[in-house]
This record gives sequence, structure tokens and C-alpha cells, in this order.
Amino acid sequence: MARKISMKMAVNEAIDQEMTRDPTVIMMGEDIVGGAGGEGEKDAWGGVLGVTKGLYAKHGDRLLDTPLSESAYIGAAIGAAACGMRPIAELMFIDFMGVCFDQIFNQAAKFRYMFGGKAETPVVIRAMVGAGFRAAAQHSQMLTPLFTHIPGLKVVCPSTPYDTKGLLIQSIRDNDPVIFCEHKNLYGFEGDVPEKSYTVPFGEANVAREGKDVSIVAYGLMVHRALEAAALLAKDGIEAEVIDLRTLSPLDMDTVLESVEKTGRLVCVDEASPRCNIATDISAQVAMQAFGALKAQIEMVTPPHVPVPFSPALEDLYIPSGAQIAGAARRAMKKGRA
Amino acid sequence: MAGQITPIVMPKWGLSMREGTVNAWLVEEGATIEVGMPILEVETDKLASAVEAADAGLLRRRIAQEGDVLPVKALLGVMAPVEVSDAEIDVYVAAYVVPTASDDEEEAGSVFHTVEVDGIGVRYARRGPEDGTPVLFIHGFGGDLDNWLFNIDAVAEQSPVIVFDLPGHGQSDVQLPGLSLDALAAFVVHFLDAINVKQVRVVGHSLGGAIAAQMASNAPDRVASLALISPAGFGAEINAGYIEGFVNAQSRRELKPVLEQLFADPALVSRQMLDDMLKYKRMDGVESLLAGLGAALFKDGQQTARMVDALAASGKPVLVMWGRDDRVIPSAHAANAPKDATVKLFDGAGHMAMLEKAHEVNAAIKAHLEH
Repeated sequence: MARKISMKMAVNEAIDQEMTRDPTVIMMGEDIVGGAGGEGEKDAWGGVLGVTKGLYAKHGDRLLDTPLSESAYIGAAIGAAACGMRPIAELMFIDFMGVCFDQIFNQAAKFRYMFGGKAETPVVIRAMVGAGFRAAAQHSQMLTPLFTHIPGLKVVCPSTPYDTKGLLIQSIRDNDPVIFCEHKNLYGFEGDVPEKSYTVPFGEANVAREGKDVSIVAYGLMVHRALEAAALLAKDGIEAEVIDLRTLSPLDMDTVLESVEKTGRLVCVDEASPRCNIATDISAQVAMQAFGALKAQIEMVTPPHVPVPFSPALEDLYIPSGAQIAGAARRAMKKGRA
Repeated sequence: MAGQITPIVMPKWGLSMREGTVNAWLVEEGATIEVGMPILEVETDKLASAVEAADAGLLRRRIAQEGDVLPVKALLGVMAPVEVSDAEIDVYVAAYVVPTASDDEEEAGSVFHTVEVDGIGVRYARRGPEDGTPVLFIHGFGGDLDNWLFNIDAVAEQSPVIVFDLPGHGQSDVQLPGLSLDALAAFVVHFLDAINVKQVRVVGHSLGGAIAAQMASNAPDRVASLALISPAGFGAEINAGYIEGFVNAQSRRELKPVLEQLFADPALVSRQMLDDMLKYKRMDGVESLLAGLGAALFKDGQQTARMVDALAASGKPVLVMWGRDDRVIPSAHAANAPKDATVKLFDGAGHMAMLEKAHEVNAAIKAHLEH
């Protein structure tokens, strides 16, 4: 039966069910058990925001507290994956990935290719992404484009609890390295989630709202902002279609192109910095593959090209809003041909 | 005078409907409405269908506008005789309050119950009056109790109704009691035992029709009558492409042309319908379960079981309904119905006549239940 749970609980439940199903699934990360010197089960934190709370009590030593050294334990997780385990590494904030880029970009992503298809690296690296948490420039970035850029990595960024559980189970069962991006401001967001295990496949976008006038493409938290925009636009009689990409690599361009062929107008929304991001990628591909369908120039809504501000007032301005997205859609509606 | 005003309200189709979108009015203000007449088209997250008049009268006011999204029981229009003044109607409309879903039962979650039958959890729901022989709806291969969304409330007006998800289907456990009609029919009888129901009038669709016939044969005291819609077991052929396509479809793109084969009007296959079906198919174990069941019962486009003789031998009243445009099991099989059976063929309906021709199917079922 489906019932409403938060996105945080959806992550917890996916890991719990896969650890129960498959003994090769293990977890490692900072403070996911009790933290250094802690008493384990009794004071288990379940990670910095308590996402894995309760799992240590159930699965014991298959959850490992690691030293505060991302390069060491991400390397360990990738090595374990290459040797037959299915590790899930929790890397707290995606902003800290920089110190283990070699392990991720140059090792995990390349093993299958470099060893002639004989090596598999079924590792999942979970990390929190996104702004709005008052956590300043070093804990708030949306670094999805960096990972999407690398062949050999799969990149997931869900927007709902249902997709979170299904995509995380799919990620754990997948035989390639997956960067699983969890928006920290969506952890409390609730939705219907079946109790049983299920998967959501990679490379299939979800149409979160159907419309005929303008296509809005987004992922993660921005899907919710795009839906806010669609509600605003509906008051003016503009029917926006909202596409939730769900996975950035592989990317479901077919759903985007079908939508643009129907609407002729495109707004790309991305919480990542504006240069070389998912929005620029989608824009370029639509311009190349469906130029004839476009009735107006493509609009893009992103934050400005600056670090995420520490000032709450500025941080709120930094993150694209529903009103901004609606504004972009209105511009697209006014310009171009009918 | 307000007593003469009759409201037309947003219907509740199925067990989980909360709101509907008004697609179009089908009658003008000033029209004389008869009971059962389609008066406007409403779309839910599952399907679009016509709202049929529950009362007769003169349509004085169309309240809902096309495109409005309104909750169940919201005022859509007002009927009143000519003596009622426009001012009185204004007062009525202004004072109309949408009844709130106050009772717990309206909470979608608690409409459904789960009972364990032979170690398998079964989702079910009961509607309608307490007294009388209940009507048991049995859905088909890959279906669930939502297949009956346009039929449950209509039939529940006169009889108690039981709907459930077959084992391995909908939100029942992903497990089968066996791969034969015998095993499935025995399971449904055990389900009736578990909820303390002695006898039912069965409405069965497709595979559910064959299960119903098997029940009538194996446990005749448990089945009072049968109403079968595009039932399996009436002939040899079944669309192998449909069964295989349904089992193997991995994405919306692959599933859409498959589900379109279910309907005379393929436009009825909404994105929501595809998403709901994929959510079911993506549950662990479902795909291999469906593959096994499909191979056992419908291998290579041939139905393995023939139910017609057993059905005739049971001596139960039988109603057989079929959409003429059925592309899954041909409507020609209706000719094989037992000679005493009532047979109804519907134009403009495919394999899912209970969704596409809900009004006609409901009327036929209700007439069948009366004797």
C-alpha cells in the first residue's frame, strides 16, 4: 500500500530494503552510525541530517562510520565495488567531492572502459545538493553539471519521494557508478510511496504537468518552482508543460523534444550556475534537433554566476523563483511567431 | 421554493477521486434533462467520461465553466422548474456549500482494507448497503480494482459491492496462488471466506470473467449469477501481441501503443493511466509474475481454458457483454455464450466496455441483478 512519507524517509527505506534483499549492499560515510567515539546504536545520528537513522540498529556493521577523509572512503567504496560489493557512500555535501575527483572521474568512471568491459563498479555516491539551507557558499552548490560532463557516470536528481525511492533502488542495482543527488530542501517534502520495493528506470523523464503552450524543463527542487510557475501561468490562460528530467545522465531528450514539438516554446530551468549547465545543454540540443519547431527563442532561468550568498536575503534572491520562471515563460509567449 | 431546486454535482468515480476537471457541457441552459442523460464531460486523473443526470428536470443554470477543476460534490449546475425565479437560483447558488469529506471513510487510505488469504495480502473495499447478496467485481489480467471506477457507485446504489485486487495485481501482494484458473478461482473463494461472505453475484472482466466461470463451476453455492465483460474462456484466440507487449513494456513509450489496443478510442489512454500502470509493473516481481501467468493461460495467442460448457452446466443466470471493437479478445466469442445467457454487444467500445460504455454496462448489470 502506498502511504505518504518524506523524501528523507524514502531514501532511508530504499537503502533499508536493498540491504535486506542483497547482502553485498553496504554503506559508508561520516557519522552515519554514531560518529567517532560514539556508542553506536544508542546515539546513532544517521548522518548529518539523520537520513540513515535506524539503519545501523538493523543492519549493524554493514554500515561503516568513516574518518573525515572523503578521498579515503570514496576510494574505498569504489574499490569495494570493483571487488564485488555494492557500496553506498554518503558524501554529506556534494561541495566536498572536489577532494576525491580522481577516484570518481578517473577511476570509477573509467574502469569498465579501461578494462575492456570486464570490470564493473556498482557504487552509489549519495550527496546533498542545492541552496536555500542557509549553509553558505561551500555547502549549497548544485554541482550536477560537473558529473553529467563525465562519460561513465550516471547522475540522478529526483524531485519527489516516489521517484527518490525508485531511483535509489535502481541506482543500487545498477552496475555503473551513480552520483545520487538529494536536494536538502526537499528532505521534508512528502508524497505517496508504495511500501514495497520498486524501481524507476534511468533515462525516462516525468511529465509533471501537461500543457500545450510552453515547455518548462527542470529537475530537483526546480521542478517544484516550475510547477508554481505553471500555476501562475494558468491564471493567465497559459498552459505550461513541466518536464522533470529525473536523471541527467542518461538524459531523456525524446520527452523534451516531443514536448517542444507540441508547444514550440522552451524554458530551461537549472539551479546550477549558468555556464555549461543542464539548461545550456538542453537548449543546445533542442536548438540542434528541433529548431524548426521553435516559435520563439529559448529562455533560460538560472541563478547568477556567483557563489551562493551567505546572507539569507541574498540567498533567497539567488535561487530561481516560480515568479521568475513564469516571467521567462511569458517572454517566450510574447516573442516570436504565433 | 428552494425545495424545487435540484443541484447537479461533481460525481465521485472510483474510490480515490477527489476532484475533476470540467471538459465540456453537453446540454444548453433551458434543456429538459432526463435521468441517465449525459449532461457534461468530466475528466479525472484516470479517465474522462460523461456525467449522467441522476434526476430529471429543467437545466436553469450552468455553474461550472469548462476548464474548472472542482472537488467531488461541487455544484456544477442547477435544475429547477420555470416557476423558480432567477433570484431564487442566485440565492441557492450563493448559499451552496460543498459537503466536506468529514467522515474518515472519505480519506482514500481508509476506504481500502487488507486481508490475508492463503498467505497473500489482498486489498479490497466494500461499498453500498449492508443487506443483500453482494456484487463481487473481478478485474482482468494486469488490471486492478480501479478498472471499475465508473461502475462501483452505480451498482452500489442498489446492492452491496465488493471490489478487490487479484493476487499479484494492483496493491495486493506480488504473489500468485498458482497459474491455473482453478487455483485463482479457489483463491477468490478463500477470499470470500476471509471476509465472511457466503454468496456473491459476480461481475468479471476478461481473465476475471474466466475466474468467475470457474468459481461457478467449482463452488456453485458461492455464485448466484454472473455478468461477464469480454470474458476469457469463450474461444481460442487472444491477442498475443497485447499480452506480450503488456508484459514486456518498460517505458511510457513502449506501453502506450499496447494500452491503446484496449479501447475503441485510443485517446482514452492518458499519461496518468500509463504512469499508474508503470508504477504497478515496476514493483519487484510483477513483470516475471505477469510473464508466468500470461504464458500459462494465453500462450502463443491461444487461450488454454474453455469455460463455456462449465458455465452452461452451472445453470446460473449469465449476462455476457462485449465491445464490438475488442482488439484483445474478439467479440465474435460472444456467439459461444451458453444458450440461456443474455448477450449484449456495444458499439464504440473495445476490451474495456465497463470504462468506455459505463452507462450501458451499468444499466445491463443492474437489470441482470434484478432477477
